[in-house]
Amino acid sequence: MDKQRRKFLKIAGVTALAGIGAPALVRLSSSNALASEHGAAEEHAAEAVHGAPVEAAPQGVRLGMVIDMRKITAQPELLDKAIAACVDVHNIPQFDNKKSEIKWLWKAPFENVFPGESSYHLAKNVEETDFAVLCNHCDDPPCVRACPTQATFKVKANGIVAMDFHRCIGCRFCMAACPYGARSFNWQDPRPYIKKYNKDFPSRMRGVVEKCNFCGERLALGQEPACVEACKGTGAIVFGDLNDAQSEIRQLLDKEFTIQRNPSLGTKPSVFYIV
Amino acid sequence: MIEKTLKGKPAYWIWLAFLGMFMAVGVACYARQYLFGLGMTGMSRDVSWGLYISQFTFLVGVAAGGVMLVLPYYVHNYKVFGKITILGEFLAIGAITMCLLFIMADLGQPTRALNVVFHPTPHSMLFYDMIVLNGYLFLNILCGWVILTAERKQVHPPKWIYFFVYLSIPFAVSIHTVTAMLYCGLPGRHFWLSAIIAPRFLASAFAAGPALIIIACLILKRVANFDAGKEAMNKLVTIIMYAALLNTFFVFLEVFVGYYSNIPGHKHSIEYLFFGLEHHGHVYNNLVPFMWTSVVLNFGALGLFAWPYARKKNEFLLGLSCVMIFIALWIDKGLGFVFAGFVPNPLDEITEYIPTANELGITLGIWATGLFVVTLLYKIAVGVEHEIEE
Repeated sequence: MDKQRRKFLKIAGVTALAGIGAPALVRLSSSNALASEHGAAEEHAAEAVHGAPVEAAPQGVRLGMVIDMRKITAQPELLDKAIAACVDVHNIPQFDNKKSEIKWLWKAPFENVFPGESSYHLAKNVEETDFAVLCNHCDDPPCVRACPTQATFKVKANGIVAMDFHRCIGCRFCMAACPYGARSFNWQDPRPYIKKYNKDFPSRMRGVVEKCNFCGERLALGQEPACVEACKGTGAIVFGDLNDAQSEIRQLLDKEFTIQRNPSLGTKPSVFYIV
Repeated sequence: MIEKTLKGKPAYWIWLAFLGMFMAVGVACYARQYLFGLGMTGMSRDVSWGLYISQFTFLVGVAAGGVMLVLPYYVHNYKVFGKITILGEFLAIGAITMCLLFIMADLGQPTRALNVVFHPTPHSMLFYDMIVLNGYLFLNILCGWVILTAERKQVHPPKWIYFFVYLSIPFAVSIHTVTAMLYCGLPGRHFWLSAIIAPRFLASAFAAGPALIIIACLILKRVANFDAGKEAMNKLVTIIMYAALLNTFFVFLEVFVGYYSNIPGHKHSIEYLFFGLEHHGHVYNNLVPFMWTSVVLNFGALGLFAWPYARKKNEFLLGLSCVMIFIALWIDKGLGFVFAGFVPNPLDEITEYIPTANELGITLGIWATGLFVVTLLYKIAVGVEHEIEE
C-alpha cells in the first residue's frame, strides 16, 4: 500500500470511528469571530482595552467589569438597552418559555443575585432595582475545571472565560459547576428564534452550552463590549484591565466600595458591583 | 458459549420479546430526541440534569455492587459465592452498558462524544469517569468470560486472569467514587458539596447491587432450575443489611448537618426533598411523596431482613424485602439526589423538574436494554452451570 493511501485510510478510519465527519467540518458562519478568541487576535484584544502592548502588566491582563448600580437605579432603561445590544450582537434566541431560555446578560433582583447577603430590611432603592447578571469570568473558573473537552477555557491573554461551540459535547457539566447560573444550553435549534441575525457572530446549533463572552470578538476589532457601548457616557458599566493600575476600572475600584457575587467560593469573579 | 442464548423455553423468548418491545420504543423516542434536541425532555436551564444522569448515577452503583461477591470469593476465598460470583460480574456488565447508554442519551451533541478522548482533560472528573467506567466494563467482560470458559472446560482458570480479577476490585470502588466526585467537587451546589457523598454512594451501591442479585437468584431458581444455595443468599442478606444501615446513617448525618447548623444552603435541598420548599408563597414539593416512600421502604426492608423467618425460611418475603430496598435506594439516589441538587438554583429560584413521556420512553428503553444484556449473560452462565452438572 502506498503512503498516500495508507494516510487516507488512517484519516478515514479515525473519522468513521468518531462518527463526527460531517457536522464537525461544517462551519456555522463565515465569521472567524470565535476563532479569534483562541489565537493571534488575543494580542489585539488586550491592546484594544489597554492601549499598549500586553507586557506592561506584571500578572498579565485580566479583563473585568464594574457595574454601577447607582447609575442604573437612576436610569433603569440603561440595563434594557445593554441587554438588547447583547442580544442583537450575539444572535441570542428569544424563547417565550422559561424552560428553553438562553441568557447572557439579564436582570434579577438583589436577593437573587446575592443570595448569601442579607436582604432583610434592604434599602428601598436596592430592593426595587433589578441588577445586571452575567458570567463573572472568574479567575479560577469551576466551569473550566469541569469541562471534559476544554470546550470552555480561559483565554490566557486576557482572562476571558470563552467557549468553543464546535467542541462542546453538551454534557452540561459546566452548568452544574457554575455557582452563578451564568450558563445556558440550547435545548433545541435556536436559529428560528433569533429576531435579528448578525452575520458577524456565529449562531449556535442545538445541544451546546453558551454564555457571555465579554464580547471577545468585538475586543478583537478594537470595539468595546456591546453592553458597555450601549451605556456609553453614563459610567453605568466600566470595563477594563483589573491588573493595570492606571486603567479606568482600577481607579474606580480604588475609589468605590464594590461587592462581588459569592466571593467565598474562591472563584475570584471579575465582575464588581457598586450598590 | 454464545450459542446458549439461542436455545430456550418459550418463557425465555417471551421475556426477551417483552424487553425488545421497550427497547424499540426507546429507539423511537431517542430518534425524536435526536432530531429535535434535548428540549424533548423536562430538563431546563435550572435543572440541567434529569432522569438520564440520575439513572446513570444509580446504575454505576449497581455495577459496583458486584464487587461484594468478587471480593469475598477471590480475596477471602469464600467458596460459598463460587456459583454466583459470575452473576455479580455479569450484572456489572449490564449495568455499565446502561450507564454508557444513559450518558449518550444525555449528550447534546452525541456525535462529538469522542472529543473526551481527542481532547483529554485531566482536571475534569468526567475524564476519569470515562476511564474507570470503560475499564471496569472491560475487566468484567474479560474476567467473566475467561473464568466461565475455564469452568466449562472444568479446568483451573489461567493464573494471569487473577491479576485482572484483583484489579477489578479497586476499579469497582473507583467507578462510584469518581461518580460521586462529579457532584461533590462543585462549588455552589451545597447539597452535593459534602465529603460523605462518595461513602454514601458506595454504601447504597453495596446494598442495591446484591439486592438485585438475590432477586435474580430467586427468579433463576424458579425459571432456570439454578440454586445459588441457602448460605450464599444468607450472606448476601447480611451484606445488604450492613450496607443499607450505613447508607441510612449517612443520610441521617446529612440531615443533621443541614438542620442543626441551620445554614440555608445546607438545609434547602433536604427540606425540598422531604417537606417541600416554600418560596414566594408557593410550596415546591413534587419529590416529597417519593422520598417518604423511600424512607418507608427502606425501614420496612431493614425490618424484614432483621426477622430470621423472613430472610431464611420464606423466599417470598426475602424477595419482597430485596425489591423494597432496591426501590428505596433507587428513589434516594436515582431520583432525589440528582434533582434536589438543582433546587434552589444559584440565583435562589426554584424550578421543578418533571420528565416528559418521551424521556421516560428512552429511560425505559435503556433499562430494558440492560435487562436484555443481563438476561443473555445469565442464560450463558446458567447454561454452563447445567452443562457441568450433567
